[in-house]
Amino acid sequence: MSIDLKTIKHISKLSRISVDEKKAEKLAGDLNSIFDFIEKLNELKTDNVEPLTSVAETTLKLRSDEVKSKNLRDQVIKNSPKENEDYFVVPKVIE
Amino acid sequence: MSKNKSEYLINRHDNQYEVVIGLEVHAQVTSESKLFSTSATKFGAEPNTQVSLVDAAFPGMLPVINEYCVKQAIKTGIGLKAKINKRSVFDRKNYFYADLPQGYQISQFKDPIVGEGKVILDMPDGQKEVGIERLHLEQDAGKSIHDLDPKNTFVDLNRSGVALMEIVSKPDLRSPDEVNAYIKKLRSIMRYLGTCDGNMQEGSLRADVNVSVRKKGAKEFGTRCEIKNVNSIKFMQMAIEYEANRQVDLIEDGQTIDQETRLFDTKKNETRSMRSKEDAHDYRYFPDPDLLPLEISDDFIENLKSEIPELPDEKKKRFIEKFKLSTYEANILVSDIETSNYFENVIKKSDVKLATNWIIGELFAALNEKNLEITESPISAGNLSKLINLIKDGTISGKIAKTVFEQMMEGDKDPKKIVEEKGLKQESDPKALEALIDKVIDDNRDKATEYKSGKVKLFGFFVGQVMKVSGGKANPQLVNEILKKKL
Amino acid sequence: MSDITKQSLSELVKNIKGKKLSSSEVTKAFVERSEKSKELNAYITEDYANALNKAKKFDEKPNLDLKLPGIPMAVKDLFCTRDLRTTAGSKILNNFVPTYESTVTQNIWNEGAILMGKLNCDEFAMGSSNETSFFGNVQNPIDKNLVPGGSSGGSSSAVAAQLTPITIGTDTGGSIRQPASFTGTVGLKPTYGSCSRYGIVAFASSLDQAGPMAQNVKDCALLQEVISSYDEKDSTSIDFKRNEYSKELTKDIKGKKIGIPKEYRVDGMPKEIEDLWKKGIEFAKDCGAEIIDISLPHTNYALPTYYIVAPAEASSNLARYDGVKYGFRAEGENLIDMYEKTRSEGFGAEVQRRIMIGTYVLSSGYYDAYYLKAQKVRKLIKNDFDDAYKKVDAILTPSTPSSAFKIGEKTNDPVSMYLNDIFTVPVNLAGLPGISIPAGHDTKGYPLGLQIIGKAFDEQNILNIAYAMEEKINFKNNITDWWIK
Ligand SMILES: [Mg+2]
Ligand SMILES: [Zn+2]
Repeated sequence: MSIDLKTIKHISKLSRISVDEKKAEKLAGDLNSIFDFIEKLNELKTDNVEPLTSVAETTLKLRSDEVKSKNLRDQVIKNSPKENEDYFVVPKVIE
Repeated sequence: MSKNKSEYLINRHDNQYEVVIGLEVHAQVTSESKLFSTSATKFGAEPNTQVSLVDAAFPGMLPVINEYCVKQAIKTGIGLKAKINKRSVFDRKNYFYADLPQGYQISQFKDPIVGEGKVILDMPDGQKEVGIERLHLEQDAGKSIHDLDPKNTFVDLNRSGVALMEIVSKPDLRSPDEVNAYIKKLRSIMRYLGTCDGNMQEGSLRADVNVSVRKKGAKEFGTRCEIKNVNSIKFMQMAIEYEANRQVDLIEDGQTIDQETRLFDTKKNETRSMRSKEDAHDYRYFPDPDLLPLEISDDFIENLKSEIPELPDEKKKRFIEKFKLSTYEANILVSDIETSNYFENVIKKSDVKLATNWIIGELFAALNEKNLEITESPISAGNLSKLINLIKDGTISGKIAKTVFEQMMEGDKDPKKIVEEKGLKQESDPKALEALIDKVIDDNRDKATEYKSGKVKLFGFFVGQVMKVSGGKANPQLVNEILKKKL
Repeated sequence: MSDITKQSLSELVKNIKGKKLSSSEVTKAFVERSEKSKELNAYITEDYANALNKAKKFDEKPNLDLKLPGIPMAVKDLFCTRDLRTTAGSKILNNFVPTYESTVTQNIWNEGAILMGKLNCDEFAMGSSNETSFFGNVQNPIDKNLVPGGSSGGSSSAVAAQLTPITIGTDTGGSIRQPASFTGTVGLKPTYGSCSRYGIVAFASSLDQAGPMAQNVKDCALLQEVISSYDEKDSTSIDFKRNEYSKELTKDIKGKKIGIPKEYRVDGMPKEIEDLWKKGIEFAKDCGAEIIDISLPHTNYALPTYYIVAPAEASSNLARYDGVKYGFRAEGENLIDMYEKTRSEGFGAEVQRRIMIGTYVLSSGYYDAYYLKAQKVRKLIKNDFDDAYKKVDAILTPSTPSSAFKIGEKTNDPVSMYLNDIFTVPVNLAGLPGISIPAGHDTKGYPLGLQIIGKAFDEQNILNIAYAMEEKINFKNNITDWWIK
């Protein structure tokens, strides 16, 4: 298989990571060699195999409906890159 | 546009188009804390004051599911006569947006908690069944505020992580009226169950509306467009109307319809394509590795079934059969849990027929005029019941009752007290009435003579006079009887 | 008392409990040695003044019933520590100061230990040589310009160089065991679900596990006992009966059945590794264990499976680093531009590469061919182990296919770098516990490790086997303090 530059551009868009031509070419090279290696899986027949998501052989535990987290606004906002006491701030979004 | 019977069709030239609508309703689960975190869900809090480290997706924070939200979803599923899936899986829906702190929404994709069900609508020309495709649990996103600053968008994460039920209908709806009935019915069921407050102003109930059109009689569906996040029934109806006509115009013009996501602009009353749709179709769903599959037992489901109250359809049936209400009356009285509760409280101790008439008639009109919900009614069910009994046992006449009712609307007063204080009690003592009537006949000798000589129409005049003299309190039935004798 | 830093954890605990040493003396000794060892670049953030203060406080009112009384330690910078910068080795978290504490580190502080600082690691734990860290590569104390392994490279370097008596790392595909092997130290990756993931910067959620790193097996057992706990804040934490691993530690492993998987004899495996393995088998026999040949037929598919599963989860786990809530932000013309610049400038090349791989294998049209396929193969790999454990109690393999390599040697060839984890990755995919113990040296004098893989929740058993073999192997790390002028 071969991952072309168009595909690299597409996945970089989905990943929200900008790539220029040079970086795209490098990534295409790397990804192609990695996927060559990954293609090995095609040797295996897995039609009747159940996929395994988690090895934890237990079910989801349920917590009770209690409010424990109080107002943490200061803590939550403290680390944000744009100064504002009440909100997170991002460049204007136009729908 | 034409309406043959109640069919909703769009006419262009010689073609008639049918509109096919499916809804993805997002209903906020009624719960104290969020789906995967322990912060509060209260509406209207100061921005970012109900945001935990989990909600704001801090590094190393992990989701832990709220049992109550799971129960609420299952209850809703039971209310929709749907299949409850004993094993369901939470998936991540990956996309970037300012109000989506994790960069993904935890939702359910392949294995939702609730499968197929149905909702029955009462339309003017009969019942209509709308299929439910599925119901799944997912997280709400935060809120982006675009108008506080010219250059920046502000983000409030209070809603981030609040539990939503996404209820997906089959494409069974065919008109804006059916959509109206469907939303109202869903809302009613969830309010009966206490699983969603259905408050559309507060965003507790929103819908993505999928609209397509096809020539009448066609078997294949047309290409659909999804109108995102519409938050009132009226806007849904307007959006459908606009969108259906837009699509018909395109077809008539020989153009094709792009499957796309659109927004309803409430100011311009039109739908338009969303700018940020670019890669909206590749959400890269995969099972959330922070969460294991949710497995629930038969016991768990059975316990919840035992908590399910009588739902509108069943209640309606009972009202018609047991109380001999008309379908129309029953529909009105069960449409809302609060109304049906009120009704049932009133009839505990009073006549059903009178209660039905007074609630649907006087009470609704009065509440409407004051713009009040039934829960805010100044007249309690107990006092309305007393009023009805006063009519029933002849203590007051229907006419006087209206006066008393008006006074009750000014504040919850015991009708008996009002009647006593104002002396409105009906005069039913024959002796007292005879004296009254004698006086009236005496004062109107000439008219009495006319009556006796055959002018029977004058009987009404005498009744009126007696009532007037008695200040409306005379028992009309007795007045009739005695007058007939005396004249 | 001289040479405090040469003492093992157990000795230090004994000396503090016996009042032969104070926490301040111990802390001061490790702080001083750490300060003299800047060239190793093992630390990202030092917190020495606070550590000395805490030691003083401890000494004023010492609680000697604790398991780690006044013991100073530095931890991998993937664990969130309250009020102390946590970077995950990345520029994107360069200025991030958590207001919360990971469960694993909290467990450690609850037993009386004192935080000295945060240790270097590959960016978001993605790497096998510590070369992907935004804060530069780490020197292996064994030799100049030698990688310490990764991703817990700062941790392995710091323990081997005795900058900290013990430490903790995280292991997603070998990130504790491989660096332990490269530095002649002991590292345990516990069963998935043994140590809470709460407060650990996530790489791949279904694989990540925190674990202890130490100079010897006994210290490792004690630290495992402290960090392992059931945690309601982590939905994948498992509520099982946890042993007092250090108390129950025994060298009596007579009759234990140890499996030797034939598939681990990979093509091109250096003879030194082959010999080490043989030697290990003999040691195990000497300890009274029974050696049984087994097969783990899907071993060769583990690495390709891992390089689908781990990047897929990572691509999603790292979506939260978007410049909005915390961390680095590059200014952009609009929201999308801000995202793209922030993530392009904030993440290093390897992290970007893995996000791309992960995004690709999950993207529409490729999910079934890659992600779903990998999940199925993962099941086959787990089945292999389940079958093997019907016959044996533990499995013995080399930890790595080579000894430590030179800095820069493999940076241009991702696949050859990934091959480092060929023996460790299957263990993560199957969620099993695995321990690496130093077992010998190659011709260059670099340490080599052996890995003992256990059944799920059977940490005690592999610790016992490691403890018994450790005595027979009698490994000595030759560290010359070359970096101290
Ligand atoms: Mg939708
Ligand atoms: Zn949804």
